Amino acid sequence: MELQGRAAIVTGAGGGIGKGIVLSLATAGADIVLVDLDQAAADAVATKVRKLGRRALVVETDVTDKASVVDMVSRAAEWSGGISILVNNAGVEIIRPVFEISESDWDKTMAVNLKGAWLCAQLVGQTMAEAGDGGRIINIGSIMSEMPAPGEPHYAASKGGILMLTKALALDLAPYSITVNSIGPGVVKNGMSSRGCLADGEMAEIVASKIPLRRLGRPEDIGHAVVFLASEKASYVTGVMLYVDGGMILASAWS
Amino acid sequence: MRLQGRTALVTGAGTGIGRGIALLFAQEGATIVVNDYDATSGERTVELIEDAGGRGVFVRADVSDPAAVGAMIDAAVQVSGRVDVLVNNAGIDLPQATSVVDTRIEDWDRTLAVNLRGVFLCSRAVIPLMKEKGGGVIVNIASIAGLRPMPQEAAYGASKAGLVLLTKQMARDFAGDAIRVNCVCPGPMEKPTRDRLEFLRSRQTAYEKRQAFADQIPLGRMCKPQDIASAALFLASGESSMVTGVELVVDGGFILT
Repeated sequence: MELQGRAAIVTGAGGGIGKGIVLSLATAGADIVLVDLDQAAADAVATKVRKLGRRALVVETDVTDKASVVDMVSRAAEWSGGISILVNNAGVEIIRPVFEISESDWDKTMAVNLKGAWLCAQLVGQTMAEAGDGGRIINIGSIMSEMPAPGEPHYAASKGGILMLTKALALDLAPYSITVNSIGPGVVKNGMSSRGCLADGEMAEIVASKIPLRRLGRPEDIGHAVVFLASEKASYVTGVMLYVDGGMILASAWS
Repeated sequence: MRLQGRTALVTGAGTGIGRGIALLFAQEGATIVVNDYDATSGERTVELIEDAGGRGVFVRADVSDPAAVGAMIDAAVQVSGRVDVLVNNAGIDLPQATSVVDTRIEDWDRTLAVNLRGVFLCSRAVIPLMKEKGGGVIVNIASIAGLRPMPQEAAYGASKAGLVLLTKQMARDFAGDAIRVNCVCPGPMEKPTRDRLEFLRSRQTAYEKRQAFADQIPLGRMCKPQDIASAALFLASGESSMVTGVELVVDGGFILT
């Protein structure tokens, strides 16, 4: 098991992709700290982690609030004996016509998607640096980190921000042997973006037919990529964006 | 055993990255068709595979030669009737760094012929076989020199940039046939052989020169074949079944600097 003996923090652990990431990490041998605003959702996933024989700790946290994150990090460190993996997966997506996006839509999107990732990376990164054993930070971006979609300039900007945050942190944290990478999902079943367009089974089929690899992403597709980046095998990979999107970005133009 | 029951053709597998990939894939259960321009090193890779309990067969070919590529694919099919994974790793880089002005025309042509046309020739021969069998995986070994302009490396850089785009182009054309195409972009590799020659030539400690270079790399060391082999394994295995058309940079953060 590739991640035997390691402990990971996963934010947004109660959601669709978050659950996929948590279960993939647990299957690979890691103990998990599940972070979410929705304690009940996180508890449900934690139960599955324990069924896999791994330990799980749920910490209700607001990733946009420093005090909340500081508290979570110290509880996680004490419980685990040492966090070596952080997955910044918490995110919100609010779609509106371009002239109707409000300041609070913008602020909330930026706070959760970008500030939250930065705050967790800084605070968890600091404990990793102090422990001196290196670490892995994995940010969940999106195909919208580089390819726009209608109605979401604020979401796109936050995910584009993840792309550069990843590269900049990779540079800053390399001296501590901490690698920082991101993953860019496309449309994932049970993921946040799917709730709207995939609620209808027929719509789901239409969307899948437009994806080059002819299927929707599954949370475990993202999970597998997280396990690869978190493993020893990827110790020389840092500052990259790895798209796990079935080729959606390829199909830009000339569709 | 993530490649159990599969057959992988690895070009340029006599040394370095290619050998690293061939050995790792064999360890993961694949039968390896080992290709190289040089028979001695290619046969040695097969020996190493077999010593470790795996299965390998050597086929000599110059990947820039269409007839040789055709014969190589025929030989590969003889081995197990299929090619599930194609790793286009064969590539050359001229020993002297040259800008467009200083590059001889024949050197430009040769570099492009092996690094880009070689991938074109091998891929076009293997893709129809993969389609017939319901799918497959192609992993191209490109370079960070294909993403950022490397000083005085005109032909090499152009060939690798072409390879990155060709990777995405092939991914687009054949996604519907369940063929995934991705590339790995290595950073500067440790080159023990070149270092030994450099020491003999210049009497400077090659280790010191190499270490000074490694200090410029954020993760503090040069790339090893094992780093590339691990990335290639991820891209060849079922764990990346939703990944196609990507360039996976494995460079210790070098292009961030």
